[in-house]
Amino acid sequence: MNSISKYFKDMFGGISSLWAGMRVTGKYFVSPRAIVTQQYPENRATLKMEERFKGEIIMPHDENNLHACTGCGICEMNCPNGSIEIITNRVPNAEGKMERIIDKHIYHLSMCTFCGLCVKTCPSDALAFGQKFEHAVFDRSKLTKVLNQPGSSLRKEAKK
Amino acid sequence: MTEEIIKDVIIGESEDYIINVGPQHPSTHGVLRFEVCLQGETVKYLIPHIGYIHRGIEKMCEAITYPQIIHLTDRMDYLSAHINNEAVCLCVENALQVEVPERVKYIRTILAELNRLASHQLWWSAFGMDLGALTTFFYGLRDREKILDIFEESFGSRLLHSFVMPGGLMHDVHPNFQKGIKEFIKYFRKKLPEYDQLLTGNVIFHQRAKGIGLMSKETAIAYGVTGPSGRGSGWSCDIRKIAPYSAYDKVQFNECLETEGDTFARYQVRMREMHESLSILEQLVDNIPEGDYTAKMKPIIKLPAGEFFQRVETARGELAVYIVSDGNKSPYRIKFRTPNFSNLFVMNTITSGYKIADLVAVSGSLDLVIPDIDR
Repeated sequence: MNSISKYFKDMFGGISSLWAGMRVTGKYFVSPRAIVTQQYPENRATLKMEERFKGEIIMPHDENNLHACTGCGICEMNCPNGSIEIITNRVPNAEGKMERIIDKHIYHLSMCTFCGLCVKTCPSDALAFGQKFEHAVFDRSKLTKVLNQPGSSLRKEAKK
Repeated sequence: MTEEIIKDVIIGESEDYIINVGPQHPSTHGVLRFEVCLQGETVKYLIPHIGYIHRGIEKMCEAITYPQIIHLTDRMDYLSAHINNEAVCLCVENALQVEVPERVKYIRTILAELNRLASHQLWWSAFGMDLGALTTFFYGLRDREKILDIFEESFGSRLLHSFVMPGGLMHDVHPNFQKGIKEFIKYFRKKLPEYDQLLTGNVIFHQRAKGIGLMSKETAIAYGVTGPSGRGSGWSCDIRKIAPYSAYDKVQFNECLETEGDTFARYQVRMREMHESLSILEQLVDNIPEGDYTAKMKPIIKLPAGEFFQRVETARGELAVYIVSDGNKSPYRIKFRTPNFSNLFVMNTITSGYKIADLVAVSGSLDLVIPDIDR
């Protein structure tokens, strides 16, 4: 008698526990307000990443094609993976002294781990994080980027 | 066991059946291979083969500076990335005897608890899926998304946020940080009972989990199984209680202990830890003091010559960092005692004698993260 009652108790207990779970899933099945998925490629026009999102490293240029990079090389020194290379030129300035000017700020996106040390340690705030995140390309060489735009130069008031 | 292995593997005399589970297996979020010896369906013994994603993180650390080490520790236990970062930072700060501002301590503790919650949510999702309950995966990840949104808003990355630096934080948290956490606590307090309805009370889950993978307290201590897996066997090993760091000495929380030592006990510990994490967050979120987000540090950090040690509690157990410095800007030797390495090698002891289907349940309940084992 005892074993029979235990058998039925187990059976109904099991059914009620399954029912408790089914009630949760059923509730979400009939209430469309709780849909949390985003239709990603379709919502590209309205998709906005967070302000601080670490998509890629960029060098902001103003409307006169001026940037703040002095070519000091602190970002290159701080990068743990060697994803930044800086090539500088020495040109004479107005007073006739030789001055270091950035030629190319090369950024290897394929090596970058987005630790943020270059942006954090830059003394003249020349680097920033961009919001772009769709980085898939067909050729790996396209992931090597030159951050300073052609013909751009150093913003003078940024020098202290 | 050694004699058996020689007989089975080397001479090939035995009638036992040897199969490979892995290298890729859904229960483990990485690449791991179990060489399982079976007698019929019963597991006789099991040999874990590791090293598939060994990257030599400890050796790499010897060539780079202390702030650069932080981003490599993300890649060990990627599900509690912030806690790994914090361990190295605390060790460096202890060595330099820098007193970090109170604000930093509070924010670090909040982030560690959020990270623990996110990790346990993913574990719950994956554990349910291992045992055939596909629904849990969607429900767990739905709630984890809320935490990842808070992370993304403040630090720009969702999983591997190298947000802490020796001496403080990378930058201050987002103005919406406190508001977001309060909303999350309110949201998750409502959703946590659903977890119990879906899986904890489920009769199929009970039969898969209860009495499976029994680990005694002695075994846990002998193998050094820490974290929720060790506490499921009744071993009180919470570093947050034993040696409080950051702001853990300012909050009230209970150490979750279960004494059964089976898969279900380890499950229960993690479910209760989620409630405790929420209560820690509630105590801290309104009391973040104003102040600087970083202490004053020299631009190039050089540790004094000597040996330094720090341990923290990650979502999976005790992580210890041991630094030997010779006074330079990079360590002479750095050693990470990672929790998953110890947790993995208890598998042979606690699965032998059970069925092969239980292997998945046990390895899921230990919550292994393979990059943390291989490093």
